[in-house]
Amino acid sequence: MKNHDIVIIGGGPAGMAAAAAAFDRGVRDVVIIDREEHPGGVLKQCIHNGFGLHKLGRELTGPEYADVYVRMIRERGIKVYSDTMVTSISEDKTVTATSTGGILKIRAKAVVLAMGCRERSRGALNISGTRPAGVYSAGTAQKLINCDGYMVGKRVVILGSGDIGLIMARRMTLQGAKVEAVCEILPYSGGLTRNIVQCLEDYGIPLYLSTTVAEIHGRERLEGVTVAQVDASRTPIESTKRYIPCDTLLLSCGLIPENELTQAAGIDIDRVTGGAVVDQFRQTSREGVFACGNVLQVHDLVDHVSDEAETAGIAAADYVLGKNTDAPCIETRAGEGVRYVLPQRVRLTGDSVSLYLRVREPQSNVRMVVKNGGRVIKTFPRLKVAPGEMEKLEVPVGLTSGDGDSLTVSVEVQK
Amino acid sequence: MNRTLTCIICPRGCTLQAHIENGTVTVTGNACRRGEEYGISECLHPMRTVTAVIGVVNRDGKALSVKTKDPIPKEHIFDLMAVLRGMTASAPVAIGDVICDNIYGTQVIATGSVE
Repeated sequence: MKNHDIVIIGGGPAGMAAAAAAFDRGVRDVVIIDREEHPGGVLKQCIHNGFGLHKLGRELTGPEYADVYVRMIRERGIKVYSDTMVTSISEDKTVTATSTGGILKIRAKAVVLAMGCRERSRGALNISGTRPAGVYSAGTAQKLINCDGYMVGKRVVILGSGDIGLIMARRMTLQGAKVEAVCEILPYSGGLTRNIVQCLEDYGIPLYLSTTVAEIHGRERLEGVTVAQVDASRTPIESTKRYIPCDTLLLSCGLIPENELTQAAGIDIDRVTGGAVVDQFRQTSREGVFACGNVLQVHDLVDHVSDEAETAGIAAADYVLGKNTDAPCIETRAGEGVRYVLPQRVRLTGDSVSLYLRVREPQSNVRMVVKNGGRVIKTFPRLKVAPGEMEKLEVPVGLTSGDGDSLTVSVEVQK
Repeated sequence: MNRTLTCIICPRGCTLQAHIENGTVTVTGNACRRGEEYGISECLHPMRTVTAVIGVVNRDGKALSVKTKDPIPKEHIFDLMAVLRGMTASAPVAIGDVICDNIYGTQVIATGSVE
């Protein structure tokens, strides 16, 4: 059994930023456990640019952004247990992991969960048809091409227009493949508008909205897919079915926070975000266990992951140093037009709290309204909102205490 | 002539209105200076930063990620990709190393490292 003040699970952008922040807050005994050979997480395979503009003030590729944080943890002498996978976290914060060196047990004073997320697979999507080779999740294809230098196919259909799907449409095209179509089951894309422009429009790749892959064809290798438009209940419309020959299907159909460890540890999970229930310091329902990054809520931008991880890292350090707060909490609730609000609990301490949320559907000329009980405490006008773009609302904490026991955020159309 | 553009410089993705007259572009709708620069450049000579991977001769099964140090003319993206396909690096490579000098007015540099 080893002892460390703070154990961080996951060596991606969240884990590295949390580790550096905890160290800088004054806790020197911080370690990271990472199941991969090198830290950096998914950034290692995101070779495109566009990272870091918010956080670092310059535009970097994924590997370059990761390198900034790898250097930060190296400079601070923070140990990374690589090729090591955590299998459980006990109630007394003993972290058990397996590695090539055997079983590792670490007794921690605080734990930061930073395990990231996983892609939704074909099985979870229930696409009918055969099971040939050539069906990949977009991130798997991205890793094969960008890290292993292995091209996955020549004629491609992409299902899902989230950012990974869009980025992969461009990537496959640049590597010489023909992307026949990007299909999106929803009536709007979940990706950033800039990615639709620079990944699809730049290369003349068609985006079909309200369209899905209804069937997969082929025995050994994928031969083609049947696509179809969908009705309001997302059921394929028979008369719109058409066959597209292709050898590769990439699935970019959503990301799921990887919380098996969290659940097994008995920590409360939010059914909407798929991540832990936290307060604004990113402390979970288990005292001394914090969560940040895509394991907590799936982010659009790594810059925001780094910010959130710093919050969690600082709070974990404060917990170890005995400087944490036990101020009373009120709950946050998603009102009309809002899918979720994070944090789910606000401790009534400090000057202000940042509420992060996603809307249910794209809308323009709206205002985000924050209410405590029946009382409006702040409104935020927005020219346009979309589910693919996380909103951040800064609410003064002084105004949150008082008549109600919960903070509700809703979307109202401007009159 | 008027054009509506989506700025691709940052994730905010501002909708830009560009008015082009006698080779001069006026941009509105941008939230920052970079948006104005993008709008002008996009109307006169669109430029893109290109990212890719190349092989590493002495490290089997490793790919090295690279990018153009500055944006290159959009019409040369596929020409550059053709050049990159024939290009390899030799380990060790450090992040920021110049892989190819003087190409479309810029350099191709490594964005990853191989020991």
